[in-house]
Amino acid sequence: MDPRQFLRASRVVIVAGKGGVGKTTVAAALARMAARQGLSTLVVQVERASGLARLFGRPPLTYVESTLAPAAGTIAEVRGRTITPDDALLEYLEDHGLRRISRRLVSTGAMDVVSTAAPGIKDILILGKVKALERSEAADLIVVDAPAAGHAITFLLSVRGLLDAVRVGPINAQARDVLELLSDPARCSVVLVTLPEETPVNEAVETAFTLEDRVGVSLGPVVVNGLYPLLPGLDIDPVEAAEAAGTSLRPGEAEALAEAAAFRRDRQALQQAQLERLDERLPIPRLGLPFVFSAELGPSHVDLLAAALLDGVVGLADGPTESPVRAPAEGSPS
Amino acid sequence: MSGGAGLAELVEGAGILVCCGSGGVGKTTTAAALALRGARLGRRAVVVTIDPAKRLADTLGLGSLTNTPRRIDGDWDGELWAMMLDTKSTFDDLVAKHSADAEQARRILSNRFYRNISSALSGTQEYMAGEKLYELHEEADFDLVVVDTPPTRNALDFIDASRRLTNFLDHRLYRMLMSPTRAYLRAVNLAAQAFVRTVSKVVGGEVLDDALAFFGAFEGMEEGFRDRATRVQALLVDPATAFVLVASPRTDTVAEASFFADKLAESGISVAALIVNRLHPRFGKGRPEADRARGRTLAGSALGSLFTNLGDLRAMAEAEEATLVELSAQVVPAPVVRVPLLVDDVHDLDTLARITGHLFPTG
Repeated sequence: MDPRQFLRASRVVIVAGKGGVGKTTVAAALARMAARQGLSTLVVQVERASGLARLFGRPPLTYVESTLAPAAGTIAEVRGRTITPDDALLEYLEDHGLRRISRRLVSTGAMDVVSTAAPGIKDILILGKVKALERSEAADLIVVDAPAAGHAITFLLSVRGLLDAVRVGPINAQARDVLELLSDPARCSVVLVTLPEETPVNEAVETAFTLEDRVGVSLGPVVVNGLYPLLPGLDIDPVEAAEAAGTSLRPGEAEALAEAAAFRRDRQALQQAQLERLDERLPIPRLGLPFVFSAELGPSHVDLLAAALLDGVVGLADGPTESPVRAPAEGSPS
Repeated sequence: MSGGAGLAELVEGAGILVCCGSGGVGKTTTAAALALRGARLGRRAVVVTIDPAKRLADTLGLGSLTNTPRRIDGDWDGELWAMMLDTKSTFDDLVAKHSADAEQARRILSNRFYRNISSALSGTQEYMAGEKLYELHEEADFDLVVVDTPPTRNALDFIDASRRLTNFLDHRLYRMLMSPTRAYLRAVNLAAQAFVRTVSKVVGGEVLDDALAFFGAFEGMEEGFRDRATRVQALLVDPATAFVLVASPRTDTVAEASFFADKLAESGISVAALIVNRLHPRFGKGRPEADRARGRTLAGSALGSLFTNLGDLRAMAEAEEATLVELSAQVVPAPVVRVPLLVDDVHDLDTLARITGHLFPTG
């Protein structure tokens, strides 16, 4: 599939997944991939604790946009910012002629009362701001690093809940606008991130069905993070392999090589089984990202992952990007 | 020092173990493994989990979820119980306990604002986890209560939640609106009413009516809630309560764990143990750079692949150890216990026992 067509399918891409699956890394790689295709990209972080800026080797993001990776030649810029509920509320109130009371509303803790009275109001404020960015064409692609799943579902479901709770007024109008954005595949889609392990796969499948059935949001491909790259020859005995290569091994080396190879083969078999489970239970296009043998990821890793993502997208079949998720069949999560 | 030994003493002596850490580091499994060890030591142990993976829940007998502990049978001397925290019914019980009569409880339980509290107000889950822990420890006579905390950024949220929520329930905005009798409050009250009108304009009037009706119905119960909250907080900072930090060996989760430890230290609480899950095993001794160089020289052959793989895995193990250096120093003298990356997910008591084996290597 043409990567630019893929990237232009919807201006807003929400990257969602359980904690620890590498959601933020995938958001960064997607942004970098888009920039390398010449699309100006804005990454939005909605939780304070995200390590997004660190992936680009930059200081923490703020409510004001900053550059994460500068433009260079045909490569466009990646910018980033946060949207936190308190900041979004302040801006919202100021835009609605309530500047005078806005600080007080936030500082007295009244926001807690209001957000309990109307659950989801915080999420609406965030998504409302995303919608405003989309409307103003703030970037060719807007990547939202969503809150951890579980919460990602509430985050997106809150719109409908709020429409029930708040039946009139500006918040109701805001919720309607957001719902329109979420349910329009030409404007917004969700990319789910998972790991090739049992529990994350189960959760990705459940989240996918919930998002489609209850939020009505369109799903992009599911991204499986942390796949050990295939290395041919790991099933060959190290001593034989050394003989074949015309060399010999030092004492202890054969054991270490054999144990390490066995470990990787086991992990790969496990990953393969989980990929098969995922394909069977979630029939949507799948992209894979390689495991990075490093405990700290930085800009060079993001580039590497962006390249891997691009390869994956090029390999995807052409055709409608609408999600082929069907109603749960037998054996699917209830 | 042998990390396992220190952790063993902890499970033997502590009354409450609070497992904290960021999402995806294996808190739930760790909590279950610690409780299992407690039962093996002959203790009456209960694990309270917030959001167990389904198959772990099934094996622990939590398939049909209830808010009361269920006993799990097995070949241990003590008792192992497990339960899943139901925030709403814990809160309902608390309301029933503190209300003056059935009518007051009914008015609160049927209020829409109240019904939103358990799902929408941040900190409620932490508050109820603390409440449940208190109940199990003080009233249900468990020797060891292991709790898996919600994936809160700030460990203090957990300790502080009961106080914050009690303040919320006793909200001063509401007090301003409802006690306009004193003259000096009248000016404040006018400002507050203007404020409420503005809020109504934004969210709609009926939403606020629900809130006001709730605070009205709640009147008179603050005292009971406050008193209980004080006792829950005291228990959380009691020496019998130990905080176990759970992390995985990646820069980002280690940074989170370090932040947790800082926040605990601000309250005068030290980390009792650090458990690091999902470590890559270390294969023999050797420098990863040398292995990788040989992998490159021999590229294309099976031996090349074997060396590349060994180099990658050794580099990973080294990098993971490096992420733990500062955190381990920060939590001294807490034991640091390592659990390797497992091939299988934990979904039965046998695999859970394997985790226990890694946590307590001496048996």
